[in-house]
Amino acid sequence: MSAPRKWLYVTGVLALCAWVLVPIYLIGLGAMGGRLAVFKWPKSFAPGDAGFAALATFLKIEGVWNAALNSLIAASLTMLFSILLGAPAGYALARFAFRGQSAFRLLVLLTRAFPLAILALPLTVIFIRVGLYDTPFGVSLIHTALALPFAALVTSSLFMGIPREYEEAAWVFGCTRWQAFRKVVLPLALPGIAAAAIFAFVISWNEVFAASVLTVRERTLTAYLLTVLSESPLHYRFAGGFILIIPSVLFIFAVRKYLFAMWGVSSK
Amino acid sequence: MLQPRWLPYLLIAPSVAFLAAFFLIPLGQTILLSFDGGQGFSLANYARMAGDLNFPTALRNTFALVAVVIPLQVALALVMGLMLQRMTRGRELVLWIWTIPLGVSDLAAGLVWLAILQDSGYLNTLLFQIGVISGPTAYLNSEAPVALFFAVVLAEIWRATAIVLIILVAGIQIIPKEFGEAADIFGASPWTKFRKITLPLLKPSLQSALILRTVLAFEVFAVVYALGGRNFPIIVGEAYTWQNENQNYGVAAAYAVLVMVISLTATIIYLKALRVDPETQG
Repeated sequence: MSAPRKWLYVTGVLALCAWVLVPIYLIGLGAMGGRLAVFKWPKSFAPGDAGFAALATFLKIEGVWNAALNSLIAASLTMLFSILLGAPAGYALARFAFRGQSAFRLLVLLTRAFPLAILALPLTVIFIRVGLYDTPFGVSLIHTALALPFAALVTSSLFMGIPREYEEAAWVFGCTRWQAFRKVVLPLALPGIAAAAIFAFVISWNEVFAASVLTVRERTLTAYLLTVLSESPLHYRFAGGFILIIPSVLFIFAVRKYLFAMWGVSSK
Repeated sequence: MLQPRWLPYLLIAPSVAFLAAFFLIPLGQTILLSFDGGQGFSLANYARMAGDLNFPTALRNTFALVAVVIPLQVALALVMGLMLQRMTRGRELVLWIWTIPLGVSDLAAGLVWLAILQDSGYLNTLLFQIGVISGPTAYLNSEAPVALFFAVVLAEIWRATAIVLIILVAGIQIIPKEFGEAADIFGASPWTKFRKITLPLLKPSLQSALILRTVLAFEVFAVVYALGGRNFPIIVGEAYTWQNENQNYGVAAAYAVLVMVISLTATIIYLKALRVDPETQG
């Protein structure tokens, strides 16, 4: 590359990094600045002195802790269900040729062409009837419907990457099918399965619409923020937004190696 | 040992049962609910939806958002993908930074841009310091629907370009290097290489990125609520209002069916328009 073109290229890369990072820094300032910083004019682009005290105040507001806890429960259950149900399906897709396989694939892909969260609307009626309405467990069920197809496709590509011969060798040495799976395949697939699980967690942690429709008192953090949005002061909204972002950034860092294996394959 | 013949069915049975219960059945119920007028089949819910004051605005706003956001996102993601392709050092770090928004919820993204674009926010501070404006100025209210529109566009591009990027980069990675090398031998320019090799071979990835993003874009909701409250009506926002505030599940279901019909139509259009030949598939 010639010198001016190289310069243009490097500037472009850095500008795009700034485009992602600067807004996160700014909401961080808004969240850490507290009440005073929010009304300050003109604003300062340097960190103020309120810092974590402002975030701590936000967490003490009535209902915030409970909402965060509900989010945590719903997301953990989503993670558990989508892996427990999705991974066996992924294994079946990877290892067996069976009648109905393409119908199953179609079902899984179909869920992606639909705005699934919208389906929370009719579920409210049923959930009220069976007592699942307004529980993190109920929320996790619809979130699992969002994350499960994804978990099945991702784990299927993971299992496909593990040579069948390893398992067959274990059978020869007298392992049952289950033992071979547990002792040979599972250890190899575990990091990828963990990444898929984290992703299911993030999907649930971030989901707003279904969680808002399916809860009243036992809100998740996103649903809570949505309902108090219009009446809460700005610095509380920024604190809430910032607290939503932090785990996501860490999770993306944790699964960065698997991003392509997951989305690249699951998008086929 | 289990008989392999029925083992796969045993393995997929739980997820089939689950998707039937939480996808197929609610799907059928939404459709039934939307046609339920109290006594049997009726189009009353749809009539009420179409007659609502916010309906035409919501429809127009949603389509305008999709029409502006998606082409910009795909173009930006392509540029980013090509930049990554020629990166030798720091690729991992840059990739992580660019994919951070993938984990950020639409609600949080809306709040991020609220911090920047609100009256006394960071954008206005910057404009004040360079002398463009003389004091806090409001953009995000019903008097400035165009400004509000562009605020939502910014937040959506910031948040959701990462997913397009990942799908496209995964696609770029499986294009055989030999194609580019052969083109170099024949003296092809980078632009020709992009148009004749990268773009056609990227078609399957582009197709899935477009389908996924379009379906999600028609569902846009929390970004808009965080930035403008109810000042900027959109279809899913109206569904939420009819369900939660007006407690009218029938009209909410009609909105839901509308979103599904639009999403399915868009999917079919992409599948037809970007028909992928079997021989170009990797």
